[in-house]
Amino acid sequence: MATTQTTVGTVGAALVTDRRASAGLWSNAWYRLRRDRLTMASAVVLILLIVLSLAAPLLSEYVFQMSFERQDLLHAYAAPTLDPLGYVFGSDEVGRSQAVRLFYGGQVSLFVGFMATLIQLTIGVLLGLVSGYQRGRVDDIITWFITTLNSVPAIFLLIIFSALFAPGPLTLTIVIGALFWTGITNFVRGQTFALREREFVTAARTIGATGWRIMFRHILPNVLPLIFVLSAIDVGSIILTESALSYLGLGIIPPTPSWGNMLTNASTYFNRAPWLVVPPGVVIFLTVLCLYLIGDGLRDALDPRLKGEK
Amino acid sequence: MRTYIIRRLIYAIPTLLGISVIVFLITRLSPGDPVRLYTFGALNITEEDIQALREHYGLNKPLYEQYGSWLWQVLQGDFGKSLQYNRPALPLLLERLPATLQLAVAALTLQLAIGVPLGVIAALKRGTWIDNVVRFFGVIGHAVPTFWFGLLMIIVFSVTFRLMPSQGVLTVGHDVWDIPDRIKHIIMPAFVLALAGIANYSRYLRTETLDVISQDYVRTAHAKGLSERTVVFVHALRNALIPMVTALGGILAALVSGALVVEQVFTWPGVGQFTYAAARSKDYPVIMAGVMVASTLLVASYLLRDIMYAVVDPRIKVK
Repeated sequence: MATTQTTVGTVGAALVTDRRASAGLWSNAWYRLRRDRLTMASAVVLILLIVLSLAAPLLSEYVFQMSFERQDLLHAYAAPTLDPLGYVFGSDEVGRSQAVRLFYGGQVSLFVGFMATLIQLTIGVLLGLVSGYQRGRVDDIITWFITTLNSVPAIFLLIIFSALFAPGPLTLTIVIGALFWTGITNFVRGQTFALREREFVTAARTIGATGWRIMFRHILPNVLPLIFVLSAIDVGSIILTESALSYLGLGIIPPTPSWGNMLTNASTYFNRAPWLVVPPGVVIFLTVLCLYLIGDGLRDALDPRLKGEK
Repeated sequence: MRTYIIRRLIYAIPTLLGISVIVFLITRLSPGDPVRLYTFGALNITEEDIQALREHYGLNKPLYEQYGSWLWQVLQGDFGKSLQYNRPALPLLLERLPATLQLAVAALTLQLAIGVPLGVIAALKRGTWIDNVVRFFGVIGHAVPTFWFGLLMIIVFSVTFRLMPSQGVLTVGHDVWDIPDRIKHIIMPAFVLALAGIANYSRYLRTETLDVISQDYVRTAHAKGLSERTVVFVHALRNALIPMVTALGGILAALVSGALVVEQVFTWPGVGQFTYAAARSKDYPVIMAGVMVASTLLVASYLLRDIMYAVVDPRIKVK
């Protein structure tokens, strides 16, 4: 299989640049990606946001010197100020530091986004491969399941689930992951349909490879590049869903901060503290924007023929 | 054509059945025994009474039997009475359906009216600043959290400049047919709901138009000496519209899902807002009816899309 993949990559590369004719798909993609300034800039911003969120405990202790749950009613609705540094983005209705909560909220929102994507990816790829490779009855059942799930607006299911079961962040992540896999499955299924008729699959079958081996060693590597593209976009969409859910009070439950639930009361206090509305929304927007741009950039890098047509 | 529609209608049945199973399971598997919840705090109630109640409501039967009898009632339009309003759940929701439909149709209209021209213009002016602006908007329109955008709109247009009402369908006390007032109320929520779709359509139409204008028949049309306008509108655009109908599926789904959030932000008295309130107060019959109504809406719009698809593109027949 590796040979086929390299061949595809080399042909693609030969069309674009002759210098790197011997390189593989991934190193070619990386070569193109490095030249794509917008994508690289998005990656830098995203990594920065991730690092800042991961460093939230350190930042809150050493830089801002405020914990995310520290309340201070005397300093409620403090306007953004450099003294103390903890109120650099102002304080909320109970005097908590918005900056510190923003970074902690990032931990939660990013965790939900990436983890749920990982879960939906696992389910989606597995079912897509099986469905596309086995076809027949298995495919019918999986397709029916996808159609059904796609016909229930996901946000309705999530809201009901959250309202009835009051799940913690981890359960919520699993449920989101379990609801969003249909897109990946549809994509993998379609690709597998086409790939299973190709010569290299027939060749593998001829030498006695089992179905599972063909699916994972021969078909999956061919589908993988575009799965990464879809995943980057899905992380963004899931972060948007989680933030909407948390905003409605049915996602991440306070006092655990998340970018969504920080906005729940922000509009109520707008007259006293307009600074509460902007920062959480901006970080959600930035994160999702970066993920979408990275997805677009990856697509161009992996398949240069599509460039400019997206 | 007719057989296609009938086939397509039949395909919708297993989907709706699947949805009903999901809805049934979610509410039945939720924690808390409804009988104990209902009789909580009641004095003089014995274990036998509880068993009798359970018997009475059929709660001790196996799950599939409960589902069967529930489904039978649902097919007759009976979702049970709302625990909060003590009225049948389905009519309560159907009363709110027009508001949701108004919002969705208004949003869809905006999406088509703004997104399609943007995409076509971007493709025709490929590589210029117009193209870049449209493409940039095509990405950011997706990335903005809907509810936050709604909040910002309210803050700017309702709170700061006092130009637009921030909630409801109609000013209290106004005549139901006060159309200008209704339009004033619907503009902001519809635009917020439409944003992602506008971005979507502009991207989609740009790709499609680029694809179509490089086709041979468009070059032929140019070579015949037809005006630019005729080439674009008659030859190019008509073919670029076919995949647009395909995109409609995802966009309609986003509308129904998005409507719940937007209705909440703008206190729009629709199906989503009502279901949300029911979920918060654990009003099971309304929750079930709400999901069924929203899902049926979605199934119906997929159906509509497929029929439109067949109308627009005669090559499509039943698989």
